[in-house]
Amino acid sequence: MGAFIIRRLFWAIFLFIVATIITYVIFFVIPSDPATIACGTHCTPPIIAHIRLSLHLNLPFYQQYWLFLWNMLRHGSLGYSFVNGASVRWIIGQAAPITGSLVAGGAVCWLALSIPVGVISALRPRSILDRAGMVFVLIGISAPVVWIGLILAYIFGFKLGWTPIATYCNFFPSHQIGVCSGPANWAYHLVLPWATFMLLFAALYVRLIRANVMETMSEDFVRTARAKGASSARVLFQHVLRNSMLPVVTILGMDIGLALGGAVFTETVFNLNGLGQTLISAASQENLPVVVGVVVFATVAVIIFNFLVDVAYAWLDPRIRLST
Amino acid sequence: MALLEVTDLVTRFRTDDGIVQAVSGVSFSLDRGQTLGVVGESGSGKSVTFLTVMGLVDPRHADVTGSVRFDGNELLGASFSTLRKIRGQRIGMIFQDPMTSLNPVKRIGWQLEEAVLIHNDVSRSEARRRSLEVLDEVEIPRADARIDDYPHQFSGGMRQRVMIAMALINQPDLLIADEPTTALDVTTQAQILRLMKKLQDEHGTAIVMITHDLGVVAELADDAAVMYGGRIVEEAKVQDLFAQPEMPYTWGLLGSLPRADITAARLEQIPGQPPSLLRPPNGCAFNPRCAYAFDRCRAELPELRPSPTSGEHRFRCHLDDADRLRIWTAKKAELTSTEGTAA
Repeated sequence: MGAFIIRRLFWAIFLFIVATIITYVIFFVIPSDPATIACGTHCTPPIIAHIRLSLHLNLPFYQQYWLFLWNMLRHGSLGYSFVNGASVRWIIGQAAPITGSLVAGGAVCWLALSIPVGVISALRPRSILDRAGMVFVLIGISAPVVWIGLILAYIFGFKLGWTPIATYCNFFPSHQIGVCSGPANWAYHLVLPWATFMLLFAALYVRLIRANVMETMSEDFVRTARAKGASSARVLFQHVLRNSMLPVVTILGMDIGLALGGAVFTETVFNLNGLGQTLISAASQENLPVVVGVVVFATVAVIIFNFLVDVAYAWLDPRIRLST
Repeated sequence: MALLEVTDLVTRFRTDDGIVQAVSGVSFSLDRGQTLGVVGESGSGKSVTFLTVMGLVDPRHADVTGSVRFDGNELLGASFSTLRKIRGQRIGMIFQDPMTSLNPVKRIGWQLEEAVLIHNDVSRSEARRRSLEVLDEVEIPRADARIDDYPHQFSGGMRQRVMIAMALINQPDLLIADEPTTALDVTTQAQILRLMKKLQDEHGTAIVMITHDLGVVAELADDAAVMYGGRIVEEAKVQDLFAQPEMPYTWGLLGSLPRADITAARLEQIPGQPPSLLRPPNGCAFNPRCAYAFDRCRAELPELRPSPTSGEHRFRCHLDDADRLRIWTAKKAELTSTEGTAA
C-alpha cells in the first residue's frame, strides 16, 4: 500500500506540472497584452510599461513559470489577479464552494436516481420501466447541457415559479439582514442546476448500472447464493450490488473531472459565480494568474478525487487491496 | 419412499432462435444415502435437469412440466418460499467451477455463516462456530486462521472444499454435485472425491454426482444414468453398466475411458458432435453418430426398455438382444486385447 501511495503521489506531481505548463504555454502562444487590459481606460505608454514590469510580464515565460512555482511552494500563494490585484487564493476561495456544491450535489442526485432505476431495469428487462428508462437515457445523451438547463429554468423557474431561476446562496447561515443563506436556501437555489447535472449523467449511469447488474446476476456466485436458499432481496443486496458497483466507481472517478468541465456551462446558464464563470471571465481578460489558479485547483481536485476513488475501490474489492 | 423422485421432467427454454428442449421426459428416483451418477457430454441436459429440480432455472425463459417429488413433497410449482426452505437446508448443491462460485468480495466465514443464518435462528457467533466445525470437517488446514480470508486467497481445490462445507453445513438429505472435480487437477480430484465419500459415510447424505467422467461414477456411485440429447439413454446399477452396457453410446463412453489396468494403443472416440437441442434429429438422438444405426433408428425414438438380464437395467436402443450381445462381446475383446499390441 505504501509503494502504491508513493507512486500515485509522483503521478500527481507530474500531472500537476504538465497541466500548469500547458496553461502557461497556451497563454504565451496567443497574442496578448495583459498590461494594456489591466491598465484600463486612461492609459499612457509609461504606465503600461510600469504595469508590465510590476506583473513580471517582461520576463521570458519559463522565468514567469518558475516565479509562479516558487511563490506557490515558498509562500503558498497563487499570485494576484492582473485585473484588480485581488489574491487568486481569495478568488478561488469564493468560487470553489459554489462549483463544489454544484458538482457534489449533482453527483449525489444522479447516483440517487440512476442506481435504483438501473437496478430495477436490470431485474425487469424489457418492462415498461426499462423502456421508459431507455427513452430518458436517449434524451439525456442527446440534449446539450445548456439546452437542458434553459428548458428546466423556463418551465420550473419561469412558467411554474417553483424554483429560483438563478443565483447562489451560502450554505452557512449569515447574520446579515437581507442576505440569502442557510442549508435550506442553499439547496433550494441549487435544485435546477442539480437537476441539469442529473439528467446529463444519470442517463449514462442508468445504462451502465443496468448492464453491470445484469452481468453480475448471471455470475456463478449468484447461483450459489440462490442454491443456499437466499431470498431475492438478500441475493440483490448482499451479493449483486457490491460486485456490480465496482465498474461504476471507476467511471465515477473519471466523470468528476468531466463534471467540472460541465460546470462551466451549468454555471453560465444559472448565473452561478463558480470556478467555471471565473475561468471564462479571466480567460477573456487574459488574466493569467486567475486562469492558472483555476487550473491548479481543478487539477488538484481531480487528483484528490481519483485517489479517493482508488481507496474506495480497494475497499469494495479485496482482490485489489491485497495485490497492491 | 424414495428421497427424490423425478417423473417425466421436461425443461424447455424460449430463445430468440426458437425453443430449446434441454430435458425431454427424464424420470429417475434416488433413495436416502444412495449415490446416483449422471453421465453425459456437455449439452446432454444433465446440469439443466438438476437446476430444474432445485427450481434454479429462470421461469421467465423456461417452461417446466412433469413432477419432482422430494421426500414426498412436490417441488414443481411450489412457492418460492417453500423452495427457499429446501435449498441449502435439505438439498445442498456444489458447482463445477470453484473459482467463480464463491462471492469474491465476501470473506469465506461470512459466506458460510450466511448459509447457517438463512435457515436457522441462531446468533452469528453460533453460526461462526458451526462454520469452523465444518471447515475442519472438509479438512481445511488451520481453519480458524483462514476463516476470515477471501476466496481468491484459496486454491481451486480448497475453494471446492469450502463449497462442499457450505453445501453440507445444514446437514442436508441430498447433495447435488454438478461436475465438482472437472475444474480441478487430477490429484485434487481424487482428494475431493475421497472427501465426499467420507462425508457421505458419516452423515448418510444422498448424492447426485453429475459428471462426464465414467471413472468418477465407478468410484462413487451406486446407480448410474447415462444422458444423451436431454434423455436418459441407459440406467443401471454401476457394476451392471460397466459389465454389460446395452447401447452404442455407452459403448463409446466406455471405449474412450483411459484405464490404468489396460495399456490401450489409443483411446476410442465417439465421432461427431452432440445433437442440437434446437433442432434434434428424428428418431434416436444418437443415430447420426451411431455406427450401428439402421432405418428404424432414424424414424422412431426407442423406448426405455429393460435389459434381458435385469429389470433394473434399462436402455434405449432398437438393436435386438442378439446383435447387442454380439457387438458388445466383440468390442469388449477389442478393448482388452489392445494390451498386447501396445506392449
